[in-house]
Amino acid sequence: MKAHLTRRYRFSASHRLHSDEMSPQENAETYGKCNNPYGHGHNYALQVTVSGPVDERTGMVCNLVDLDGFVNREIVERFDLQNLNTLLEFAQAVPTTENLCIAIYDVLNRGFTQAHLEKVRLEETMMNSFEYAGSREVRH
Amino acid sequence: MVYLTRKAEFAASHYYHNPDFTPEENQRIFGKCNNPNGHGHNYMLEVTVKGEVDPRSGFVVDLKQLKEVLQREVLDAMDHRFLNKEVPEFAKQIPTTENLAIAIWQRLASKMKSAQLHRVRVYETPDLFVDFYGEA
Repeated sequence: MKAHLTRRYRFSASHRLHSDEMSPQENAETYGKCNNPYGHGHNYALQVTVSGPVDERTGMVCNLVDLDGFVNREIVERFDLQNLNTLLEFAQAVPTTENLCIAIYDVLNRGFTQAHLEKVRLEETMMNSFEYAGSREVRH
Repeated sequence: MVYLTRKAEFAASHYYHNPDFTPEENQRIFGKCNNPNGHGHNYMLEVTVKGEVDPRSGFVVDLKQLKEVLQREVLDAMDHRFLNKEVPEFAKQIPTTENLAIAIWQRLASKMKSAQLHRVRVYETPDLFVDFYGEA
């Protein structure tokens, strides 16, 4: 039996949306308040969904201790209470929540091997959220 | 095709233990969840059904019937119960959230009349849930 398991994590970070390829006026028009040079922050809520057959011996898709350990070490500790613009991931890319969602998916997809990564959902605020499932359609 | 989701809440206790494992293995794999006296959760269940809207009633499913099925098949059996000892599915299986979602699907699938079961989602806590789509 194949099941999908979703776990929620939280981290807080600041960012500034600004593209070096745009003029100051274009940046201001595109990003509005998010272009403020001093940045601003969010409390992000991250949902990681993994899937796989339920192990008959343990009743689990994967051990939560392993998933929590990986996500806390590789994602929460990396991004929590940081300025995203200063991180390597965003040296070339604008730290929109779209790009952050993809960056987190890539970290999980490369490093977490105990279950299949299904999707990543990232809530920037209670009003907006982003989902990414690599090359596949997001399943609901 | 329209999808309809109904929620239900139940409280239950459980513990994780596989008699085929040694006590050390049980402890290493299941940690605090291996405490034989159990511990509890407020589970939130979301059942999603799908179907075409009946042109006469305007319904995908009669919500009253769905509510009755959830009450009879899930809440009466699991609410305020010790899952390991009082729910037959968990005499042999470990009552993880994964197995709970599968057990609830199996209890509901054959009871659906007009609509088709699409997804069973079980929240063990607000930060942890399992989806089951009936896949082998």
